[in-house]
Amino acid sequence: MLRIEQLSVRVGERVVLKDISLHIPEGESHALLGPNGSGKTTLLHTIMGFPRYQVLAGRILFRGEDVTRLPVDERARRGMALAFQRPPVVRGIKVRQLAEVCARTGEDGGDVDLLASELEVEGLLGREVNAGFSGGETKRTELLQLLAQHPRFAMLDEPESGVDLDSINLLGRAIARLLGKEDRPPAHRVSGLIITHTGRILQYFHADRGHVLMQGALVCSGNPLDLFEHIEKHGYAGCMECAVCLSK
Amino acid sequence: MPEQMSARLEELNRLAEAARDKPAAFGPDLDLESFRLPATYQPVSELTGLAEPIRRAAAEAGIEPSEEHRAGSFLQRDHSVIYEKVQSRYQGAVEVMSTQEALGRFDLQPYWWQAVAVDQDKYTARAQLAQTHGYFIRVAQGQQVERPIQACLLLSENNVSQNVHNVIIVEEGARADVLTGCTISQGVNEGLHIGVSEFYVKRGGVLTFTMVHNWAEGFHVRPRTVAVLEEGAVFVSNYILVRPARSIQAYPTTICRGAGSSSRYNNIILGLKDSYLDLGSRIILEGPGTRGESIARTIARDRSTIIARGSLIGRHDDTIGHLDCRGLLLSGQATVRAIPELHAEGAPESNLSHEAAIGPIAEEEVEYLMARGLSRDEAISMITHGFLKLDMPELPPVVQSYVNSVLEATPAEAL
Repeated sequence: MLRIEQLSVRVGERVVLKDISLHIPEGESHALLGPNGSGKTTLLHTIMGFPRYQVLAGRILFRGEDVTRLPVDERARRGMALAFQRPPVVRGIKVRQLAEVCARTGEDGGDVDLLASELEVEGLLGREVNAGFSGGETKRTELLQLLAQHPRFAMLDEPESGVDLDSINLLGRAIARLLGKEDRPPAHRVSGLIITHTGRILQYFHADRGHVLMQGALVCSGNPLDLFEHIEKHGYAGCMECAVCLSK
Repeated sequence: MPEQMSARLEELNRLAEAARDKPAAFGPDLDLESFRLPATYQPVSELTGLAEPIRRAAAEAGIEPSEEHRAGSFLQRDHSVIYEKVQSRYQGAVEVMSTQEALGRFDLQPYWWQAVAVDQDKYTARAQLAQTHGYFIRVAQGQQVERPIQACLLLSENNVSQNVHNVIIVEEGARADVLTGCTISQGVNEGLHIGVSEFYVKRGGVLTFTMVHNWAEGFHVRPRTVAVLEEGAVFVSNYILVRPARSIQAYPTTICRGAGSSSRYNNIILGLKDSYLDLGSRIILEGPGTRGESIARTIARDRSTIIARGSLIGRHDDTIGHLDCRGLLLSGQATVRAIPELHAEGAPESNLSHEAAIGPIAEEEVEYLMARGLSRDEAISMITHGFLKLDMPELPPVVQSYVNSVLEATPAEAL
């Protein structure tokens, strides 16, 4: 589904990502871990194609196609989607309008009203996008857009941050559905890359692999729950000193 | 006409003569002698019977030729009133006619040039000295007119000066929604529209006044509007300009005289080509408990200049007013100037505030929408349309959908 080859990325004058290689096969979801400022959001935004992130070297292949130079909207239309950690407020545009745009973008767009009801955001459909939303409302309307788009590859940037426990439960189930990882068989196989700081969201769906990003480089990959357990015990500094990293 | 009124008109003429050459406080000065008198036109019996170009122009300014959803209609072509009608179910509740006819039939002394000063400038003077009709609308006491009343002031010849004087009276406890379209027919590129409008909303009355301006690149427009509100009255003005004009200068004013009265202005202004647009709103909070809100959304493109004025004047302690003026500048050759003014005059407890912002479209917002699959142009168009589309909760759905339809009909390339 997604293959990243030796990707280096500059933001402004600073090289933020160095020689990243990553493969996410069709139907797999991967968790992306790392301390603040390690480049996780930069990686997601580079995959999505935002021009601020300048690719210095390497390439991004999506479903076999080199999309490294494609604009953002072309990538969205090919089936990529990103739930932002802190999306902007867009005055004058209603949540419903934007969700309907997403539904049109997707190959098999969802029913906005039905999805809004499931995410308990019916009351936000008539509101301006992200204007005065709580943390949970923002995350839920981001997921509404992704569910409406029904992408082939979904990226989620810290979906559980700033969200209360009730909302995490709701969001977790919605993410599981988005990634086609509920008990029932998925309509088609969706891949995902999810940034998580706490790992709490991983209770709701199965992540096939985890990756640790430190100072712009992928330093470790493996079972995400094992990685979390290790980081919880030893911190990211300890992570760098584990046998796998030392062997590199 | 009552004798007293004749004497008053003589006095008004004398004042107007003295102001014949008096330039306006704002906006480019115009040579009024360069505009001519047009031909006159015969009335029509139905709006659907209008010649196609006139009908199309009226429809573009929001006039519904079938009148199915309207309580009454008024249509003036150049200097001729060619249609006026009140639907049968509203007979006795609504009066619609030319102001010249109303002057002959009623004692308009309490209303005629009582809100707007006849000697304000050369344009008000001309409206008095060379008046060419205008509409008179009155809604009887306690009448809730649920369908809008529509009025259209149309110019069909080049280089004409249309000098209308309009009066709307909403009697105690009545409600009216007035839709007006000021427009031109195809092939008309130059001319002048002077519109004096005096609105009186009496105790507990409600008037929403929605005006669409459709002009052309060689057109000058000088409206002079004042609304006077009695106790508990409400006046809402919506102004929409999405076509180019040579120059428009207007500073409509509401005087919230009665206790608890309130006024709101929603100005939606798109500056195109070489348009020079000096537009604003002023709310004078005189009575106790009066409220005012003025909202402007402006987009300047091409080589246009937009001056967005806003003025709140608090003259009583128990008053609240807010100005909200935002502008988007979409061209390196365009100019937007926002001039918000707050005046507390002998009222230290008057609570007045404003926010004004001018800027480009936020790149972050464009990219966000692109990540949802919109092209860059589509994203910008959606943001600009959204920027102009104001929530106007006090408007009935028919008026709101009318405003939305005008905005939705604005071509994407214009934005």
